Amino acid sequence: MEGIKITKEVDARGSFCPGPLMEMIRLIRSAQVGDVVAVISADEGTKKDLPAWIKKAKHELIAEEPVEGGGTRFICRKLH
Amino acid sequence: MAKNILILGGGTGGSIVANILARSLSPQEASITVLTASPQHVYQPYQLYIPFGYQDPRKIARSERSLLHRRVSLVVDPVEELDVKNQKVVCRSRKSYPYDYLVIATGSTVDEEQIPGFKEGADHFYTPEAAFVLYEKLQNFNGGTIVVGIGGLPYKCPVAPVEFTFMLEEFLTKRGIRQQSEIIYTFPLNDVFNIKTAADYIKADFDKRNIKTELFFNLAEIHPEKKIAESIEGTELSYDLLVMTPPHKGAPFLRGHEIADADGWVQTDRHSLKVAQLENVWSLGDTTNLPVSKAGSTAHFQAPVIAKQICAAIRQETVDSEKVKYNGHVACFIESGYGKATMLDFDYEHPPQPPPPTEFIHFQKLALNKFYWYLIPKALI
Repeated sequence: MEGIKITKEVDARGSFCPGPLMEMIRLIRSAQVGDVVAVISADEGTKKDLPAWIKKAKHELIAEEPVEGGGTRFICRKLH
Repeated sequence: MAKNILILGGGTGGSIVANILARSLSPQEASITVLTASPQHVYQPYQLYIPFGYQDPRKIARSERSLLHRRVSLVVDPVEELDVKNQKVVCRSRKSYPYDYLVIATGSTVDEEQIPGFKEGADHFYTPEAAFVLYEKLQNFNGGTIVVGIGGLPYKCPVAPVEFTFMLEEFLTKRGIRQQSEIIYTFPLNDVFNIKTAADYIKADFDKRNIKTELFFNLAEIHPEKKIAESIEGTELSYDLLVMTPPHKGAPFLRGHEIADADGWVQTDRHSLKVAQLENVWSLGDTTNLPVSKAGSTAHFQAPVIAKQICAAIRQETVDSEKVKYNGHVACFIESGYGKATMLDFDYEHPPQPPPPTEFIHFQKLALNKFYWYLIPKALI
């Protein structure tokens, strides 16, 4: 993601649901409004749960991108 | 020369490990010491029954000394520092205890401070004192909205809030105020429980008993004066009575320690239960960062795995890591109310398949509660 600076990223590969989602919640809790944070997960359940949580919490899912070595990087901006 | 085995924590996990080791090793092979913060051993599952008046908070603890083998030394002195490099712990008395082998079983503690307004606005049953306060409030409750939920992950005994909700529904019905009451159950994830098979069963029963749910509810703040619980997702729930599982943390000396994370959950190997790749330190029960329930049942199945490894290490025997390993086994009852219960029995590879609730399973749980003192900490089963 060119032009977007990720403030903090957690590699949650190897942990299963709800691990990656809780990592995203922890990141958002500790971030400032406007910050962009990311979680990498290889867990299948995360693909559904993480975007659903971001939508419910009214933040912005900027991108889901594949990561070298397997897994997906979920990039989210804290909006409030 | 006898080796020094130090066990931190005198709860279910620490007691079982100590008693197995005392029966397995001779005094020439090892001395065994349990270092604990309290002389009392509380049977925590009883706390669930206190709010409904089914259990007396003064009768749910026994002396830890009475539960330990005579060869186990008991020292009541809370640990304040752990130095894994020099193999010693320092306690509140400033006395230092060296070890050759260490087992960390210091469990988890509630941390109400983490959520603004929690202390003033929420009740819970995760300590005998808090459970008794809730008992008084439920006795005086005459209808309204009760919100039951989880204030942070992970927390001790994941099914306890579900059991509480079922028992609450029965309690209100028996008191004749169910019609005037609304029960709302909140959960931080997009389902009512973090194991799919159990969630399906629980959700079906909630629907049948008109228990509402609010999912993706991560408690952010409680406003006691307005009686509102607010989530980080922006949901606000009004309540007349708020029963929230408080956030939990590991023991204070472990928070931010090199072998643990910021909240004090100890980095533990999921099969050997060894800590942070150290060869002479193990952890079990609530203390670990493992993705299994924080419950006495977990510690019960983990303790023998650790005891076998320590015995082998002292006798310089080789351990077959395929045979001596923890497979994630947890077995816990779920009280369903109306004199019935079901059960979750699972491991890393096999999710639970809870059977329909029966009176028989409920009586099994009551029997376990009664016989706990004689069988579990003493490691007889």
